[in-house]
Amino acid sequence: MQKTKLFLMGLMAFALAACGPAATPTVAPTAPPKPTDAPKPAATAAPAATATTVKGQAGVPGVLTIATTTSTQDSGLLDVLVPLAEKALNAKMKVIAVGTGQSLKLGEDGNADVVLVHARAQEDDFIAKGFGINRRDVMYNDFVIVGPAADPAKVASFKKASEAFKAIADAQALFASRGDKSGTNTKELEVWKAAGVTPGGAWYSSLGQGMGETLNFSNEKGAYTLTDRATWLAQKGKLSGLKVVFGGDKIDQNPDAILFNPYGVIPVNPARYPQINADLAEKFAAWITSVETQKVIANYGVDKYGAPLFYPQSKQWMDANK
Amino acid sequence: MTDLLPIIALSLRVSITALALGAAMGVPLGAWLGLSQFRGRGLLVALIYTGMGLPPVVVGLFVYLMLSRAGPLGAWQWLFTPNAMIAAQTILAMPLIAGFVMAAVMGVDPDLRRQFISLGATSTQATLAVLREARTGVVVALVAGFGGVISEVGAVMLVGGNIAGETRTLTTAIVLETRQGDFDRAIALGLVLLAISFAINLVVMLLQGRAGVVKS
Repeated sequence: MQKTKLFLMGLMAFALAACGPAATPTVAPTAPPKPTDAPKPAATAAPAATATTVKGQAGVPGVLTIATTTSTQDSGLLDVLVPLAEKALNAKMKVIAVGTGQSLKLGEDGNADVVLVHARAQEDDFIAKGFGINRRDVMYNDFVIVGPAADPAKVASFKKASEAFKAIADAQALFASRGDKSGTNTKELEVWKAAGVTPGGAWYSSLGQGMGETLNFSNEKGAYTLTDRATWLAQKGKLSGLKVVFGGDKIDQNPDAILFNPYGVIPVNPARYPQINADLAEKFAAWITSVETQKVIANYGVDKYGAPLFYPQSKQWMDANK
Repeated sequence: MTDLLPIIALSLRVSITALALGAAMGVPLGAWLGLSQFRGRGLLVALIYTGMGLPPVVVGLFVYLMLSRAGPLGAWQWLFTPNAMIAAQTILAMPLIAGFVMAAVMGVDPDLRRQFISLGATSTQATLAVLREARTGVVVALVAGFGGVISEVGAVMLVGGNIAGETRTLTTAIVLETRQGDFDRAIALGLVLLAISFAINLVVMLLQGRAGVVKS
């Protein structure tokens, strides 16, 4: 695997080198000296740089690299937690907010010290393969189905998310999927499976983008989508064409347990990557599950949205609130 | 990778259409700026040079706001369609082409045009003759424009939406695969993109070689 990758990258470098000269001398024959700011056609270098990856980015002393999901960032929770963590742990936090799929991949490749994600099956797999150790529950919220206010597929009447999805498919109503292997996307596919539907066709748009982009898309196109409630609450002010059609206004009104969305924190296994900040990662995991931090999570968003965006769920919190 | 062909086809379709539209505007504009002297030309040239370095995401944002439901052109329903991507890329390609064509045209001996005119050619005919003389530079302009649009990702991601099978291009697919941690697929797509770029540059080099022979 590693060898093929290196070979492909070498091939790419060669291709880049070959591309260069073809472009530059073409200027010489008839054209006068170019203005210095004229860009060369060799702009193809950019995607090549995106595709490469450097191993072991984590492990800078005093800097904790956290790979997490877009929902923790888009909801604004990280903006509150990161400064507190930096103070409490006396270290700098470097947050990479991507889909759960890439977050776990970052951990797997030693490019992050700790991951904070929400896709239980993928997390268990991550630990089973020895990429991470000592997973802890952190918090939960839930997913809701949002859609156009007119609700053309009449999903509001159902009690099960799978029935709602089935109705959307039957009506061929527009549906926007994250399509990026994120926790939300994983949950969406789980619901489709429960509905016995293989989604596809003109009504189903697989975007490959974050929750914010997907909600914007749904708002523009009048499409249904599955979103975590936190991102929805944080962004619904800008999404005038959408409303929650399944899942209720509060988490305790959500009729279907399949839409439950637990978040876990997993330090990356230092046995695989000795250079990572294992000590700091463990401290962060302990900090975010501490009663004090859990209280911050419980209160986040209450003043702004009238309800918490996330509900604390760590063992310490549960023990303290028995 | 069963979905690769539509991705390549869309990348080529969007880039070539944008290139054609950009050329239809950029070549005449560049020729005009290269051949004429008038008040305010300096300002226009400065604008073209600025346009050659336009940040693609800013162009994407502009096109997004124009085509958004709430935007002035929302009724067209172009947002998240290939048309929106073509619009954004045309805006990016046009100044690139105009700038390169202008430079090429300015490099042609000014006496040539005067000669043509004195021989009875119309102004348009004389301009076409100058463009023919500067054809290598014009080809460079088109290649630069094509290289710029096919490798662009920011604008097409914003206005196209990266929808599988509809608006997913090579570049947005590379971003997605990287985000998902599928580096092998990302690298493979990158190689396809490079191969296309390389092939096009090669063809241009060959064409130029031939042009050189004809001239001598």
